[in-house]
Amino acid sequence: MNQHSILEVQNIGKAYRNYGRELWRVLSWFGLRFKPLHETWTLQNISFNIAPGEAIGVVGQNGAGKSTLLKIITGTLKPSTGSIIVRGKIAAILELGMGFHPDLTGRQNAYHSSGLMGYTSKQIDSVINEIEAFSEIGEYFDQPVRLYSSGMQVRVAFGVATAFRPDILIIDEALSVGDAYFQHKSFDRIRQFRDAGTSLLFVSHDKGSILGLCNRVILLEKGHVLKDGDPEETMDYYNALIAEKENSTIRQEELTDGKVQTISGTGEAIVEEIGLYNVAGEKVEVVGVGDSVELRIRIKIHQDIPSLVLGYGIKDRLGQVMYGTNTWHTKQIIESPKAGENYEFTIVFPANFGVGSYSVVIALTDSDTHLSLNYEWRDLALVFNVINIDKIYFTGCVWNEPQIRLVQK
Amino acid sequence: MNQLRAIWSYRFFIISSIKTEFRSRFARSRLGGLWMILNPLAQVAIYALVLSAVLAAKLPGIGNQYAYAIYLMAGTLGWSLFAEVFGRSLGVFVDNGNLLKKMAFPKIALPLIVTGSALVNNLLLFLAVLVVFGLLGHAPTLTLLWLPVLISVTLALALGLGLALGIINVFMRDIGQIIPILLQFWFWLTPVVYVSSMIPEKYHDLLMMNPMSGIVMGYQNILVYGKGPDLHTLVYPVIIAVVALSLALFMYFRANEEMADVL
Repeated sequence: MNQHSILEVQNIGKAYRNYGRELWRVLSWFGLRFKPLHETWTLQNISFNIAPGEAIGVVGQNGAGKSTLLKIITGTLKPSTGSIIVRGKIAAILELGMGFHPDLTGRQNAYHSSGLMGYTSKQIDSVINEIEAFSEIGEYFDQPVRLYSSGMQVRVAFGVATAFRPDILIIDEALSVGDAYFQHKSFDRIRQFRDAGTSLLFVSHDKGSILGLCNRVILLEKGHVLKDGDPEETMDYYNALIAEKENSTIRQEELTDGKVQTISGTGEAIVEEIGLYNVAGEKVEVVGVGDSVELRIRIKIHQDIPSLVLGYGIKDRLGQVMYGTNTWHTKQIIESPKAGENYEFTIVFPANFGVGSYSVVIALTDSDTHLSLNYEWRDLALVFNVINIDKIYFTGCVWNEPQIRLVQK
Repeated sequence: MNQLRAIWSYRFFIISSIKTEFRSRFARSRLGGLWMILNPLAQVAIYALVLSAVLAAKLPGIGNQYAYAIYLMAGTLGWSLFAEVFGRSLGVFVDNGNLLKKMAFPKIALPLIVTGSALVNNLLLFLAVLVVFGLLGHAPTLTLLWLPVLISVTLALALGLGLALGIINVFMRDIGQIIPILLQFWFWLTPVVYVSSMIPEKYHDLLMMNPMSGIVMGYQNILVYGKGPDLHTLVYPVIIAVVALSLALFMYFRANEEMADVL
């Protein structure tokens, strides 16, 4: 249908069949009709297309079907219904170091493991030096892998897995290992691939890397696609979903600027009013870099609750949190507030941010996370812009003005 | 056809895996791969020591005083190839479960790796047997050229039965426990240690229902008596091997989808 997509997933479903006794399963191969006792559908009606160069994050709670989906696209599992059309070479990193043998050296393992990906020894000859350079483990490259630290093993494994640029790269949380330096390095390589036209399919629980890497996010819940769209919007929805409890609602409203606001919670306490004020006490939407500002939040209690904690975070345009804390950490918990009471919080802080648009997320909870009791969770409760009025020109998202000394020697 | 193309494009991986097996065997042991030969040879030595007094006199048609040891080695060469390929095919999918779940590669490569490495082992054992024959003053004849035929039949039989059971083993793990026990019985139902003519005539048909009997007797004809295998006794093993191999392939295509689900 769509000539431009590199991968088409059409109405995929995956059922695990339980035959009660495995003998019935074996007999069913020979044409004897035994009905499975019951089928468990871990995926149903999954359809989406991926365009070349598109980076898609896949998120969802444990058991939502993320790994099953990736395995089906990779080809290790067969879908029970639907079909997949792939136009290009897929490389999947479902687990780093698959097929590594402890007695072989890094170099030998690089050859062996690339062979497992279907490459010939000639093709590997042409990239082996690059793999060695990328892994940065020096002499160890020619030592048996059993002498490696787990970090060193990951370096070689990632170097091998990404030695050839595929058309589609599938990554299943494999990058949450290794030291910080190497994580940066591997993300850089993934970005290079993406910029060179590789499509990404990326499962992670790390919101930061999803927002930093992906331009589209698919949210899976109980084997269905719940949302497929803008990363920030989908991640906000996912966050609200994690906090979903009985009686809780999630609603998303489109704001005037086209962004979608996600509000969820059980509603015992509600944000009545929120505003950003300058030192003169005027309500503002634009602040200068480094200005002192006040965030005023008025809360109404609708039902007696055991305790109330206000949490807030300031997010950048991509949804990454710049700063966030809550009154549990500042030891300002309101104990057993009663229905009908009103509280106002005034949060004073310097706007030490880079130039750009920022949003405020508010959470009303009973303790330090929004996962126990979530009264209200409000994304994009407030949006403000930071402009540079009187500071030295700088880039980045933090105002961190230096003093540069210069001496000629 | 697709399968053949897949095998071709994974040829490097198959060869590399076979090499890896041997490399890792030599990696941290002084004798390394020699153990693969020493094991069956030690078994031959044990049987020869224990049983030669009982059996040596009864081995007809050969003058060498080490006749029984030679006879044992010939049978062991054939049986050990069968037992290794059969035994490892049985577990090949279960043992590589994680790999099958996490990497997309043709599953069919796995039994080929098993076959390749078993063949290399068997070749080494064969060379060792020839050396021992030389030491015992027994010269094999040109009928050795028949060996590839016997090896092919042995492989087909072992792969066919081993993979068919290996696929079932993925779903019913008891198979993996029962079969090695049955394999021991099977060994004694095959004329490796004894001579088929020692079996009472009325049980002879029963013995020949075992497809390995004809094969092992073929090995003995070639290596001990210096004559070609009795083609009549080979027809039956060939039929069984072809049937088993077809069954295994049929089951493989049927079970392919579900295998990764339960691994």
